[in-house]
Amino acid sequence: MKPVLEIANLRVGFSDGTAAVRGISLNVLPGETHCLVGESGCGKSVTALSVMSLLGRGAKRSAEVMRFHDRDLTRMSDREMARLRGDKMAMIFQEPMTSLNPAYTVGSQMAEVLERHRHVSRAQGLDRAAALLGHVGITAPGMRLSQYPHQLSGGLRQRVMIAMALMCEPELLIADEPTTALDVTVQAQILRLLQGLQRQLGLALLLITHDLGIVARMAQRVSVMYAGQIVESATAEALFAAPAHPYTQGLLNCVPIPGKTPRDQPLGSIPGVVPRIGAGFIGCAFRDRCTHATTACSGDIPRRSVAQHHETLCTMAPS
Amino acid sequence: MVRFLLRRAILAAMVTLTVLVVAFALTRLSGDLAVSIAGPNATAEDVATIRKNYGLDRPLPMQFLEWAANAASGDFGRSYLYRAPVAGLIKDRLPITIGLGLSGLTIALLTAIPLGILSAMREGSLLDRAIGLIALIGQAMPSFWLGLVLIIGFGLKLQWLPISGVDTWDGYILPGIVLAFSAIPALLRLTRAGMIEALASDYIRTARAKGLSTASVVLKHALRNASMPVVSVAAVQLGFMLGGSIVIETVFALHGVGYLAWESISKNDFPVVQAVVLLLAMIYVGLTLIADMMNAVLDPRLRAG
Repeated sequence: MKPVLEIANLRVGFSDGTAAVRGISLNVLPGETHCLVGESGCGKSVTALSVMSLLGRGAKRSAEVMRFHDRDLTRMSDREMARLRGDKMAMIFQEPMTSLNPAYTVGSQMAEVLERHRHVSRAQGLDRAAALLGHVGITAPGMRLSQYPHQLSGGLRQRVMIAMALMCEPELLIADEPTTALDVTVQAQILRLLQGLQRQLGLALLLITHDLGIVARMAQRVSVMYAGQIVESATAEALFAAPAHPYTQGLLNCVPIPGKTPRDQPLGSIPGVVPRIGAGFIGCAFRDRCTHATTACSGDIPRRSVAQHHETLCTMAPS
Repeated sequence: MVRFLLRRAILAAMVTLTVLVVAFALTRLSGDLAVSIAGPNATAEDVATIRKNYGLDRPLPMQFLEWAANAASGDFGRSYLYRAPVAGLIKDRLPITIGLGLSGLTIALLTAIPLGILSAMREGSLLDRAIGLIALIGQAMPSFWLGLVLIIGFGLKLQWLPISGVDTWDGYILPGIVLAFSAIPALLRLTRAGMIEALASDYIRTARAKGLSTASVVLKHALRNASMPVVSVAAVQLGFMLGGSIVIETVFALHGVGYLAWESISKNDFPVVQAVVLLLAMIYVGLTLIADMMNAVLDPRLRAG
């Protein structure tokens, strides 16, 4: 199957010299959920924003391949990118409280997406907005259209964001920690909603999260990111059954699994924090936090295949 | 929305009442009015007569109540200097002052807002710094000097625009530019600061993620949120232009309210002083109320409160 989104060797650096993304490759297939997992500051969001060309000034992006279907994103002008964003590829964000413009009604903000990309009238835009609000489980959509964001709860606002992202029936939806800022019960609702929508619409979903519970629930494939690199990528089953990279193993140890994790033992944790890495860094960025580190970890690390569709970036992996 | 406006209106009424008292008290504090009206060569008898004729011998609260009651019905007494009703004097001059203030504000907004937006979009660039420098120079330039330079340049050398009077509409251009210069720096900085904050916000990222055009992102989504402080300050600036344009009215020989105020203060023509102070205060109050209303239109969150 041809991927919807294909990225090879994406690098993003900032003007202060930090290398936020250091040569990552991933692809998202039609209709699948691909989870990008990692701690805060590992470069997940930067990856997502660079796909959308939404990085601020001061960020430099380069990639060998960055393709949306057959369209080369690396060669597209700002204007062409703007035509694609919100139309064929859409994104929702972590902060539903601040992601909507406080000065405009929900309906106006939703309708303008369709007006921009499909050149329809305001009335047609509002019709579609009302239908989608109903679709994402908002009752009385007609009333909500004329409300302002400050009149809605966080969960409702995130539903509005999701509905707004679906206005033009995108093929790719990038969701950057869409439930992190929400209550646990609302989190579950939003995840269920995303799953349902994906199944109905055949969306390709790139889901960014730090929550392994969400990964277990949502993902078909997983890429684990650490300090700007993908250290392990596998199907969700393979990753949870046989994690190959010490970082992935550490992450899984931090999460209790009902029935499996002994009740009387403390949960695992990974000491230290994600290091800030400059452009010239060589070797494994995890070596200072890794219990298995050897001298080999300071050299070039090969990317190895541990099973079919299961790769890791570690010297320990069998070659 | 109704509650918000009602609260603002009550506040405005209270401010007006306070100003009424203060305007009256200030003229009474500035010395014996009968003596200054009578002039330096008057005898004690003359002063006593004047004091009696103008009712200045009565208790202050009485004088105030009478004045306030008359003012409420539009009668501000007679000017000693012009020997004419004050209301008529002001009515003749108000159009000139308002025309001047509006042309000044229009020129200021048309300059400050686009430059502020440009500055914010290119924050830290050479263009941003150049615009900041222009604003600084504008602020530092004395308005009488700028007025004279413009008169010499555009009026005398190039002969494009009239140098004094407002017999035709283009008479407002040069004084309007001079007035605008004093308002531009503050408006420009506010626009720039507001736009920088707005452009960095999450909802602008959303607007861009929706694929909206740069014009829509900047002018529709960011500017609306950045414009509220600009509206408030522009209202105050307009009030300032209406009341404080004495220097410019003098330079361009425009006989507006500012000139009248200066004249009446220097000649102790207290009925005029009282009326002008009250008028300008009312204008300020009115403008602030209008600004509040405009902000309530701009920001739905204000309407709820």
